[in-house]
Amino acid sequence: MRRHDYQLDHTRLPLYNALQDHIDSRVIPFDVPGHKRGRGNQYLTEFLGKSVMAADVNSMKPLDFICNPISVIKEAEDLMADAYGADEAFFIVNGTSQAVQSMVMSAVSEGDTIIMPRNVHKSVINALILSGAIPHYVYPHIEEDYGMVTGMSLEDVKKAIDQAPHAKAIFVINPTYYGVVSDLESIIKLAHEHDMHVIVDEAHGAHFPFHDAFPYSAIALGADMVASSLHKTGGSLTQSSVLLLNNGRIKRNHVKTIINLTQTTSASYILMTSLDLTRKYLVDEGEKVFDKVVSLAKNARDKINQIDGLTAFDIDSFSKKACYGFDTAKLGINVTGIGLTGLNVYEILRDDYNIQIEMGDAHNILAILSIGDSDKEVNQLVSALFAISNNYRKEPLKLEFKHFSATDVKLSPRQAFYSEMERLDLKDSVGRISGEFVMIYPPGIPILAPGEFITSEIVAYIELLKKENGTLSGLEDTNGDYIYCIKEV
Amino acid sequence: MELWYTEEHTDNVRFSIKVKEQLHSEKSDFQQIDFFDSNEFGRFFTLDGLMMVNEKDEFAYHDMIVHVSMATNPNIKNVLVIGGGDGGTVRELTRYSSIEKIDMVEIDERVVRLSQEYLPITASKLDDPRVSLYFEDGVAFVDGLEKAYDLILVDSTDPIGPGEGLFSKAFYDNCYRALTDEGILVNQHESPYYERDAKEMKRSHSKIKKLFKVSKVYQFHMPTYPSGHWLFGFASKKYDPLKDADLEAWNKLGLKTKYYNTNIHIGCFMLPTFAQDMLDEV
Repeated sequence: MRRHDYQLDHTRLPLYNALQDHIDSRVIPFDVPGHKRGRGNQYLTEFLGKSVMAADVNSMKPLDFICNPISVIKEAEDLMADAYGADEAFFIVNGTSQAVQSMVMSAVSEGDTIIMPRNVHKSVINALILSGAIPHYVYPHIEEDYGMVTGMSLEDVKKAIDQAPHAKAIFVINPTYYGVVSDLESIIKLAHEHDMHVIVDEAHGAHFPFHDAFPYSAIALGADMVASSLHKTGGSLTQSSVLLLNNGRIKRNHVKTIINLTQTTSASYILMTSLDLTRKYLVDEGEKVFDKVVSLAKNARDKINQIDGLTAFDIDSFSKKACYGFDTAKLGINVTGIGLTGLNVYEILRDDYNIQIEMGDAHNILAILSIGDSDKEVNQLVSALFAISNNYRKEPLKLEFKHFSATDVKLSPRQAFYSEMERLDLKDSVGRISGEFVMIYPPGIPILAPGEFITSEIVAYIELLKKENGTLSGLEDTNGDYIYCIKEV
Repeated sequence: MELWYTEEHTDNVRFSIKVKEQLHSEKSDFQQIDFFDSNEFGRFFTLDGLMMVNEKDEFAYHDMIVHVSMATNPNIKNVLVIGGGDGGTVRELTRYSSIEKIDMVEIDERVVRLSQEYLPITASKLDDPRVSLYFEDGVAFVDGLEKAYDLILVDSTDPIGPGEGLFSKAFYDNCYRALTDEGILVNQHESPYYERDAKEMKRSHSKIKKLFKVSKVYQFHMPTYPSGHWLFGFASKKYDPLKDADLEAWNKLGLKTKYYNTNIHIGCFMLPTFAQDMLDEV
């Protein structure tokens, strides 16, 4: 069932064992952290427990050093790389945002062009501010009925490569929040033919390599770098993540140097050890536990689809053009058929039914199923949806979907970020360059990013969505009456 | 050698029974199940270490979960029991010839099979022809049902563990819908005495009272449950258990009971002030 054979001995737990040996050795600590195994802070020790406090240590000879791993961290990283079928893995403790930023900065630098979908996470634009690269956007496919974006069609990627043949890299999301994957294999082939790096945000696909029911992981398809959020669906602790590298186009030492620009030098051993243990768990148990997740998700879909007005997405829900594969562990549900917005259902579930889901937008809600779920919890979610559909049902909502026009990138996000700015009335900003983000949900595509030309169509579009109470984000002025623009000289 | 079963009623309070013999122990797909024999309480069984049923005080629980609603509405024909794997609730229901159908939904078949083997005192009526057994999650069972039952009895474990969903608002909502216009819901309602149980009691009551026209709580004495002071919830779309019950008619049925009687029927709704205050504030 596994898609690649492991080369290394996965019974090993190098980092965990070294940490456990260290704890057992009862070394007298005259180093940081100052709580000294919890003895110095009873409040925290009572809350977290002695074992957690004892594991909170600083780097030292037997425990290796995150900035230049040569022993137990390196061994644990090599095992992680092997588990994903990558050449190299880097442990990241500042969250996947940092993994994504390090990845972007490793692939492109000042003045380089990078092709990316317009719906990238804000951390990616921030990475462009840090690196000085210039984005060339591909507009992802929009599913109007569901008010969401899916993947990039191969055709649109080809077009982008034709328009920006000098681009140095292409950035792909695998999968989207709702679980849609693009034709990554063809995109990688095409990009490499044009001498472009392929870097992949796999924040929502850390579980992909461990079960055949899931789409292929990007590293297995030959992507150059992949940021994988093990803490999201893999089961490690929040903020722990890995950056994976296939050797060749991008060099290990370069990546390491870039990571060290922003990563802490006091990496948490609790977080890093959670990566070590999680890797072994996924190798040992992944197939079995994800079997269960897949069947839970199937049962949940079948039951939810019996509720009049609700549609639980699967691969056939989306246009084939930009949906090459689908992650069934993402339980996305269109709810407009019962007369509620996704945001309504999100809040009702939270406030009335004590159920926290991942998100709700105008049309849909998203529940994440993972290794910690069982029939019991899934039954409760389905029951709550039954109850909500009975208790709150109204006439089906017809949400009109409004397209907006793309605009030109005039300055790199970095140039825009460091330019002098002035605050203008939104209506006076036509013809100027934006210094801010403007994002509206749905569908969560930035309308403006720093450095982009403000057209009259864009201003009209923002005004329209404001009138309709769209959720505006990014701007300093949350009402969206003013916008910071680049000062003209 | 002495063998004692101990249950922690709180972090600071323990309740122990001297055990004659452990009859059975197994871990099912859902929970740890243990059966014991004792001098004081006879046979008893525990789920995840918590006392469920024993031969000595089961009558109090099973009388009170069944007869209060049956005396309130003698026309009950279709009954759903959620949980109640020991069979005691069904046993009391089968004494009413007026009941036509009893569906019992128990998530853990092993509890039923082991009760049939070790506790025939409660499980003896599960083969009554009116009884159908369903081994599934009660939460899922009531999804989408409409006006199917006159009475739903939620005979569940505590909300921490497999019984959790049976204390959820979604479950109560779906029970409401599954009840006929004269429907009654009785649920295991925890206890007002110890803090953790009282918290669950309040949470449960706050959910149910928003749904049903009539929502009351009644008490009974259950010596082996924490503090001995235990509650059931009585919620109904139509009937008030005090104003609408035809107690004379119930007495004419001539059912011999060990705990319930028609004076208790009235008295059990009269709660001590501290408990009533807690329920009033939610």
